[in-house]
Amino acid sequence: MSTMTYAAQDCATMLRRNLRHMLRYPSMTLMLVGQPIVFMLLFVFVFGGTMGAGLTGVAGGRAEYLTYITPGILLMAVASVSLGTAISVAMDMTEGIIARFRTMAIARVSVLTGHVVGALIQTVIAVAVVLAVAVLLGFRSDAGPAGWLAAVAVLGMLAFALTWFTVALGLVSKSVETASNLPMFLVLLPFLGSGFVPTESMPTGLRWFAEYQPFTPVIETVRALLLGTPIGNNAFLAVAWCTVIAMTGYVWAKRLYNRDPAR
Amino acid sequence: MAITGLQAGITVAGLRKAFGTNVVLDGVDLDVPKGTVFALLGPNGAGKTTMVQILSTLIRADGGQALVAGHDLTSDPDAVRGAIGVTGQFSAVDNLLTGEENLRLMADLHHVPSADRQRSIRDLLHRFDLSDVAGKAAATYSGGMRRRLDLAMTLVGEPQVIFLDEPTTGLDPRSRRTMWQIIRDLVADGVTIFLTTQYLEEADALADRIAVLDHGRLVAQGTADELKQLVPGGHVRLRFADAAGLATATEALADASPDREAMTLQVPTDGSVESLRLLLDRLDANAVDVQTLSMHTPDLDDVFLTLTGSSTEPEGAPTP
Repeated sequence: MSTMTYAAQDCATMLRRNLRHMLRYPSMTLMLVGQPIVFMLLFVFVFGGTMGAGLTGVAGGRAEYLTYITPGILLMAVASVSLGTAISVAMDMTEGIIARFRTMAIARVSVLTGHVVGALIQTVIAVAVVLAVAVLLGFRSDAGPAGWLAAVAVLGMLAFALTWFTVALGLVSKSVETASNLPMFLVLLPFLGSGFVPTESMPTGLRWFAEYQPFTPVIETVRALLLGTPIGNNAFLAVAWCTVIAMTGYVWAKRLYNRDPAR
Repeated sequence: MAITGLQAGITVAGLRKAFGTNVVLDGVDLDVPKGTVFALLGPNGAGKTTMVQILSTLIRADGGQALVAGHDLTSDPDAVRGAIGVTGQFSAVDNLLTGEENLRLMADLHHVPSADRQRSIRDLLHRFDLSDVAGKAAATYSGGMRRRLDLAMTLVGEPQVIFLDEPTTGLDPRSRRTMWQIIRDLVADGVTIFLTTQYLEEADALADRIAVLDHGRLVAQGTADELKQLVPGGHVRLRFADAAGLATATEALADASPDREAMTLQVPTDGSVESLRLLLDRLDANAVDVQTLSMHTPDLDDVFLTLTGSSTEPEGAPTP
């Protein structure tokens, strides 16, 4: 059998290992999926009435606000899962079995791809659950199958990019605690973008940041695909950002994994 | 030392490794013939684990050459990885998986044909006395069970060379004996074993050849018997009830070395009845009151202390 086939087999083996870990340790997945839902409930029911009324261009309340923030919440679900990836990678690296893997003739990157693909599956679950809750609360979209598919693809692309990035963060962390704190900013980034309020309502400095940070074009693209808002060059920017983040994360993670482990 | 690929054991020449300014291995040469057990002894921080980490491709050496199972460590690490099995100092099992799943993980990664997979996993579980706990998560295993699972996982790919870094540290005496028997059986199958240990008794019991590593250099190498010849004969240890007795005896016996803390006196002897009689006569003549007397033949502990200097606490010292 060729090296490529072996490498693919090793990746599948590592993925099975990661999926088993998720089943044996379900509290982690629950926490990751629960976090965006808690934020959604909080924002819709606590702030929703007032915030909805303040949205420009819509004479609305709670229901309109739910519609406005759902793309941002979906993004938060993606970020939340990738936060979990950093933690599980860091936890894995403290285990002796990683040293064993390094002394075996297996495709080196398979340990990391196992985490990445596992996280993507987790993301699909998280996004589906969050979306289901949003629909239960009254979220409706006029998008056709193509629009939905495109929106899912955009979220998947972001998940892929963020996961490689957080795998690197998990590897660079000296401890599991660091790994759980380091990527925290990813969960906060939707707030400092167009996730919860239009960027026009922000003061100049913050507004500049909010408009140019990577999450905003992704949120705007999802919003355009699901809700029919103008898409502008957001789709292009989203793809560009995701490509850069994915490449950086992949190269960084691979380098960190291949260096000599600390004694 | 010339390196050839003929021996399929382990050949190392001039191996060097430093962490920053701390030189851990300072030009190590050694040769382990195929199908033998080699034990590496040394005090804490002597570089034993670093040696294993380098030879098992976990970290890179700064200089020198090494062949493991006929493959060059630097130019072909993947071939080395394909031929070795490693059981490190810290348990390398997946705690969230069951014993059986751990073995299956190894079988998958070694690409064991699916026809043989189930049988070989069952055999290993049976051989390492893990059949009853095969379905339980490794996190729930005792130290001995975990170590057995660890070694079973190492054996899945049928490695030609096995590295064992302190394989019995922390095990109770019975588990240690079980582990020794397992290691002996492996050697009988033609596997080459490189082991580090804290226990000189273990090296004595298992190893064909022993090397003593100290401050990154091999200070001695040979069979257990050869190493024992490096230290002068045995000694008699006399224990005294008080300091006065110890002082009198020390004066009476010129070649003795006293230990004032332990209230003992160590007198060199060749172990013959005649020399013992002479010793007792001299003690009588000086009216020394000895509490107890014990005979000691040279063991690896003596060798170890002599070679590595008694200033450093040897790893072999049993903890109370």
